[in-house]
Amino acid sequence: MIHTVLTVAVTFVGLLFVTFIIGRVMPIDPVLSVVGDKASEEIYQAARLAMGLDKPLYVQFAYYLGDVLKGDLGTSLLTARPVAEDIARVFPATLELATIATLFGVVLGIPMGVLAAVNQGRWPDQVVRVLGLFGYSMPVFWLGLIGLLVFYGVLGWVGGPGRLDIFYDGMIPQVTGAILIDSLIAGDLEIFANAVSHIVLPAAVLGYYSIAYISRMTRSFMLEQLSQEYITTARVKGISETQVIWRHALGNVLVPLITVIALSYAQLLEGSVLTETVFAWPGLGFYITNALLSADMAAVLGGTVVVGAVFVGLNLLSDLLYRLVDPRAR
Amino acid sequence: MNALAKSFAVAALAVSVALPLSSGQSYAATPADTLVIATRIDDIVSLDPAEIFEFSGGDLAQNVYDTLVAFEPSNLSGGYVPGLAESWTISEDGKTYSFKMRPGVKFHSGNPVTAHDAAFSLQRAVILNKTPSFILTQFGFTAENAKEKIKAVDDMTLTIETDKKYATSFVLNCLTATIGNIVDMKLAMEHEKDGDMGYEWLKTNSAGSGAYSLRGWKPNENYVLEANENYWRGAPAMKRVFVRHISESATQRLLLEKGDVDVARNLSPDDVAGISGNGDLRIDEDLRGRIMYFSLNQEVPVLAKPKVQEAMRYLVDYEGMANTFLRGQYTVHQAFLPLTYLGELKDKPYKLDVAKAKALLAEAGEADGFDVKIYVRNAQERLEIGQSLQNTFAQAGIKATLEVATGKQTLGVYRARKHEIYLGAWGPDYPDPHTNADTFAHNPDNAFEAKNTGKLAWRNAWDIPEMSKETEAAVQESDRDTRAEMYRKIQKDHQMASPFVVMLQKIEQTGLRKNVTGLYTGGAVSSVYYWTVKK
Repeated sequence: MIHTVLTVAVTFVGLLFVTFIIGRVMPIDPVLSVVGDKASEEIYQAARLAMGLDKPLYVQFAYYLGDVLKGDLGTSLLTARPVAEDIARVFPATLELATIATLFGVVLGIPMGVLAAVNQGRWPDQVVRVLGLFGYSMPVFWLGLIGLLVFYGVLGWVGGPGRLDIFYDGMIPQVTGAILIDSLIAGDLEIFANAVSHIVLPAAVLGYYSIAYISRMTRSFMLEQLSQEYITTARVKGISETQVIWRHALGNVLVPLITVIALSYAQLLEGSVLTETVFAWPGLGFYITNALLSADMAAVLGGTVVVGAVFVGLNLLSDLLYRLVDPRAR
Repeated sequence: MNALAKSFAVAALAVSVALPLSSGQSYAATPADTLVIATRIDDIVSLDPAEIFEFSGGDLAQNVYDTLVAFEPSNLSGGYVPGLAESWTISEDGKTYSFKMRPGVKFHSGNPVTAHDAAFSLQRAVILNKTPSFILTQFGFTAENAKEKIKAVDDMTLTIETDKKYATSFVLNCLTATIGNIVDMKLAMEHEKDGDMGYEWLKTNSAGSGAYSLRGWKPNENYVLEANENYWRGAPAMKRVFVRHISESATQRLLLEKGDVDVARNLSPDDVAGISGNGDLRIDEDLRGRIMYFSLNQEVPVLAKPKVQEAMRYLVDYEGMANTFLRGQYTVHQAFLPLTYLGELKDKPYKLDVAKAKALLAEAGEADGFDVKIYVRNAQERLEIGQSLQNTFAQAGIKATLEVATGKQTLGVYRARKHEIYLGAWGPDYPDPHTNADTFAHNPDNAFEAKNTGKLAWRNAWDIPEMSKETEAAVQESDRDTRAEMYRKIQKDHQMASPFVVMLQKIEQTGLRKNVTGLYTGGAVSSVYYWTVKK
């Protein structure tokens, strides 16, 4: 246990340090982000001092680390608000999107993988593999734009860019920050329906990657299981094919699949930058990208802490689930 | 179909059925009393008028706050008109301005707008000393003397005393800038923290008397304005204005076509062309103040040769750029004051002429050409302009490499005078010709140590004692016509011999639903007006 905690702590400090150094050696001037192009030298220098940029790097890092330990992620240059507050605002949007996307991945990806494995080499397998290949190679912004054009622009089945139609902005109190949940808490089904119509498409586009990844992994895990002796034994015993595949084989595949799903989830959480841009989805990816482009290092570091925490957290979680599901790991 | 395939098909079917059902709601037009705008607002860093210095922030302040001196939106070229100040007089020596406040105007809080608020707001801007403060401090105000030079004589009279006599139009024009917005003193001081005059609070809140009050702001996401029913110019027709940050042009277009937004402000030339046949939509064009130029660092010997500079003016495909990839979004313009500014110069003496450029280069002793670096930020239109320059330069033997980086990176290089050629854009800071004259044609101390980074003439190490004097004289000339003539002369000289090659002026193309009328985006001198909009 102590070992785990230590590993996590060291990972974090390392992560912060690397990001911090990259931020500082980048040929970008963070002061210019604050004062703009036209500031006089006097104002420029005043801002530089106020940001502590005159101090040696290690001192700046020590200060930063101290603040983080106190739960203070600093103030964003871009929004002029505490980074922790900013992230609390944008993260639920990403969490909501990635969760629904992962649901797509699990609900469609696992059956597709099983289907492909059982029909190895035949047409269902080919279809799944081609779909997976598309999922990997199609640029997400292209897919997103085409999706918007067809399902929003032409057919009008789904809501447009953004998390809600604009008039619903700020109409329900923010509790969790996830609009799907907040609207239910507020008992406003109209806003809930609107939120659903807005999340379906970006989640499907983002989830496509998850589907591709999960189905491919499921397929290979299943193939491995299906060639095992116990499967043959089960078949010989006369257990129905459905039972053999879904209970016995898939049951044994679930354990490694948990890690696959957790990894895919973590990737969606931090890798949704382009999706968020195309769909004007104000989430963490969008926030960090903006911050990076503007040399808003407090925001970049804060975002990195959160993404790091998500990775470590999901890894721990999948470890725990492993132990629960697989008695041998106890 | 086996059992497996069947269960999969059912799952797939369930999802595809759930898709259309879940949309539920129909997508009708926006409500009649609501204006919905898709635009880019990620440049807003602060909502405090003493600090706002970016386009989107200026747009917001224009509608939430009021200035002493303002513009008539439908007649921007008519010049300044009374705003919160009903009238003004100027002393004999031309240094003291007395403003009479408009009676009966109230802030959103219900507090009356008085000369004390006006004095507080201007003093505050000087004392806080944020980036745009120079617009006021150039009249000799300092943190120390602000309270003495800017003061309320009584509730309805404000006096401002400048250090020298300046052109009246110069002083009044500067007061129309965002920094001249009048803040509710009582409200601001209620939120004062550590003597910051309400700065921390006003960064994210508003305390104005304008046509709209701020109902909500989420950085990089949206802001919502609510109509001020007691507005002194009359209650606005649009009860609410929703402004959402949409960065992609294609997305803005889609929202506009679907009727989910009334206005899209950042459409690319392709998307403008794409909607031109749509009978429900309209494209409005408005000349903006931004000009596109490139400049030659005078510390690079070859670029300091007059003949080389002249040759480069003939190595730009002005018309070609404006007509191809920039179509409709820029117009050819070759002087440092944007068109519609007092003293504008319409002459366009240069066009692409490779033979002439080659002859000039030969005269300069550079017949074989030379290698040069152009610093370009990685924005689509700048890259395209950069590539066009690269191409036309090459035709005369000048081998240009594009140094592409983010805006902040290239700026850092530029401000440190480390560039060779810089491809840049410049927007005027306030609606008076001195703004760009001071930037392009004024460099009182060219020493590197002077660090006059705000002046482009300094950034390019261009030493111009004569022209600096002319610029200083023009800003003091009180006769409007004489003053305009002085700027025309400076620009002509600048056009003939300077390390700046001004190429283009921005045209803003705004996509609107057909029923939206009266949206003024501000022309070259101002920001957007929402209160004039009707649907």
